[in-house]
Amino acid sequence: MNYQAPTTLKDAVTLMQGDTGNCRILAGGTDLLVRLRSEMEEPDTVIDIKRIAELDEIAEEGGGWRIGAAVSGVRMAEHAALVAAWPGVVEAMNLIGSTQIQSRATMAGNLCNASPAADSVPAMVAAEAVARVVGPDGARDVPVAEIPTGPGRTSLARDELIASIFLPAPQTRAADAYLRFIPRTEMDIAVAGCGVWLALDAAGTCTAARVAVGAVGPTVRLVEDAGAALVGSKLEPDALDALAEACSAAATPIDDKRGTAAYRVHVAGVLARRAAVIAAKRAGDTT
Amino acid sequence: MSSIHVTTTLNGDPAEFLCEAEETLLDVLRDRLGHTGAKEGCGTGDCGACSVVVDGRLVCACLMLGAEAAGRSIETVEGMAEGDKLHPLQRKFLDHAALQCGICTPGLLVAAKSLLEREPDPDEEQVRYWLAGNLCRCTGYDKIIRAVLDAAAEMREAS
Ligand SMILES: Cc1cc2nc3c(=O)[nH]c(=O)nc-3n(C[C@H](O)[C@H](O)[C@H](O)COP(=O)(O)OP(=O)(O)OC[C@H]3O[C@@H](n4cnc5c(N)ncnc54)[C@H](O)[C@@H]3O)c2cc1C
Ligand code: FES
Ligand code: FES
Repeated sequence: MNYQAPTTLKDAVTLMQGDTGNCRILAGGTDLLVRLRSEMEEPDTVIDIKRIAELDEIAEEGGGWRIGAAVSGVRMAEHAALVAAWPGVVEAMNLIGSTQIQSRATMAGNLCNASPAADSVPAMVAAEAVARVVGPDGARDVPVAEIPTGPGRTSLARDELIASIFLPAPQTRAADAYLRFIPRTEMDIAVAGCGVWLALDAAGTCTAARVAVGAVGPTVRLVEDAGAALVGSKLEPDALDALAEACSAAATPIDDKRGTAAYRVHVAGVLARRAAVIAAKRAGDTT
Repeated sequence: MSSIHVTTTLNGDPAEFLCEAEETLLDVLRDRLGHTGAKEGCGTGDCGACSVVVDGRLVCACLMLGAEAAGRSIETVEGMAEGDKLHPLQRKFLDHAALQCGICTPGLLVAAKSLLEREPDPDEEQVRYWLAGNLCRCTGYDKIIRAVLDAAAEMREAS
């Protein structure tokens, strides 16, 4: 294996382009190193992107936030303005692993690893986050929801990487939340997860909502019916029932050691309901 | 395959080593630099026995490549005592019998030190969450938590 640590994005792309073997990006390494050790992955080259200064920053852009692909979870948690703007995305990212994992794990790594249970992805999809994909032909902006195509697979070409993830400018009376269920209180992988973003009017009626579920299908899914169930409501019990039903209906999980399919279907709905209530409370508090 | 030459800082002193690209920082510390304090409990980021601090951040040395250490500052359990004088956390671990086999201890000490540097007055819940990535098969954790809280109290008084 060959280790490269370029200091510019251009050099990283040139390295990827010139590599004829199996080449992997190394961000926090919290997935990649586990795969290297278990020999599930035997790349010829790893390209460490943490020495590229422009990928290592959280930058404001038109009121939104651009998060570089080398930025770790703990740095997102320490960024007060980002936490205020997108509390759900940050809380999802911060659920990943332990203190040690938080020092290293990145959101782009969580996305590119393409686990169906990746915690930050439902929150990013609900937030309409956009990944900036960079390759030999330049940059293109791709909705986060279109990056994972199946367990462990992404829509990136072999010579492309994600340079940053953009979270749009927050709106007034709008907020997000993420909840997952795990069998333990810490350090486990989601049985189900749900990210909710919603906006309220001055009277507290929901004017727009997006709901995404994770760990209950091969990829994270935006559940349009679930968002629609909230619009026009003040999150009354009927609306929350309809939201939960829509999320359960969208869930196509498998049985595994963490939970049965039937259980996951049910929990997806329960989490959606609770996350919506949290998001609505936060949205109300922004005024 | 040619080895990679890395210069770094280890517990405040300059250090250099040669390693292969596949080698983890944990392999390098233990096998090339003779620092066997950090332990390999799992090799997959789950147990925290390999905890070290890199540029001020607590990490699992098993999940970082040795080559990544170039130009960074690494702190391990070997840097905690000053000569014969144990760090308060080390003393309190002994006082509270917070270790049995001791495999988890270096990682827990490094992790607890990094918590107290950020939060000198943590409550029990904060300590438990911060240390959730450090597993101990022997003690049942309670003595560890008491030792950390007691060390924190002593360090606050001393400062
Ligand atoms: C103990 C432990 C607990 C964990 N708990 C959780 C959890 O609770 N929830 C959860 O979702 N995950 C969890 N994980 C998995 C992992 O920590 C996360 O998926 C993390 O976000 C991965 O980010 P990274 O930067 O470490 O990725 P890396 O390991 O560096 O990379 C992951 C993959 O994505 C590719 N990649 C990385 N960055 C880019 C990029 N910018 N462009 C293109 N490709 C890229 C890599 O080549 C690799 O294939 C856990 C892992 C461990 C070891
Ligand atoms: S050996 Fe590194 S976390 Fe277990
Ligand atoms: S003392 Fe044995 S693992 Fe903790």
